[in-house]
Amino acid sequence: MRNLYTWVCIFVTVCAAAAGDVLIALAMRRIGDLGEFRRDHGFLAVIVRVLSSTALFGGIFFMAIAFFSNLVGLSWADLSLMGPASAALTFVTNAIGAKFFLHENVDRRRWFATICVCSGVLLLTRS
Amino acid sequence: MTPRKYLVLLAVVVFGSLGDTLLARGMKDVGAIDIHHVAHVFFALANPWVIIGILCLLGFMSSYMTALSFADLTYVLPATAIGYVVMALLSRFWLHEHISIERWAGIALITIGVGLVAGGPSRTEHPPAPTADSKAIQERV
Repeated sequence: MRNLYTWVCIFVTVCAAAAGDVLIALAMRRIGDLGEFRRDHGFLAVIVRVLSSTALFGGIFFMAIAFFSNLVGLSWADLSLMGPASAALTFVTNAIGAKFFLHENVDRRRWFATICVCSGVLLLTRS
Repeated sequence: MTPRKYLVLLAVVVFGSLGDTLLARGMKDVGAIDIHHVAHVFFALANPWVIIGILCLLGFMSSYMTALSFADLTYVLPATAIGYVVMALLSRFWLHEHISIERWAGIALITIGVGLVAGGPSRTEHPPAPTADSKAIQERV
């Protein structure tokens, strides 16, 4: 039964992390390069600009759900299962989210890289 | 990509893996959380390992947000996966742990994936949204 709970936690972590990542990426794209913005307007202006983004707070909300779900999962399973399983699945869900919601150019090279990293993470934890 | 931007990606790798490891260490102290008392997860926030882990994850979050401000999500995530390789290599050469053929294959696959994505463009360029002036010009043409 604990095994089922662990996978439910992994599922919730993956979905929430993907939603959080996509929303944060959307917010940061709208804000622009933080390094350049800081050079032009100063550090305080960067903080004000970042904190005025609603998409960012939506992203942080989903990241918080992913964090607590991960924490509960870690109390039932080892990091060697929770970490890579959620990370590997998050790579794929993020690539899908980035393509359809952020309209990123996820070409063959990026899909292949995502699949390589995802399979590599799974292999790294099998033994 | 400038050296400063590569440093930001390195910070994402270091803070992310350190934060996860510290959280796992803390949750070992806290013990299993009963499914009927999930709210007990908040007691974990008093554990010092979890607190340091959260501080590391705050560092991860700020460097991650900075990285996403100059690169695509599908660039940042695979590029920072090199952390798994670093941890595996540290365990082999520092802790003298045995690494099986499967793990070496995993390391090779991650390295190929990171190399592939790092060799490509870091940002998708979207055409600027048409303004009222540009629409008027297009209509005239």
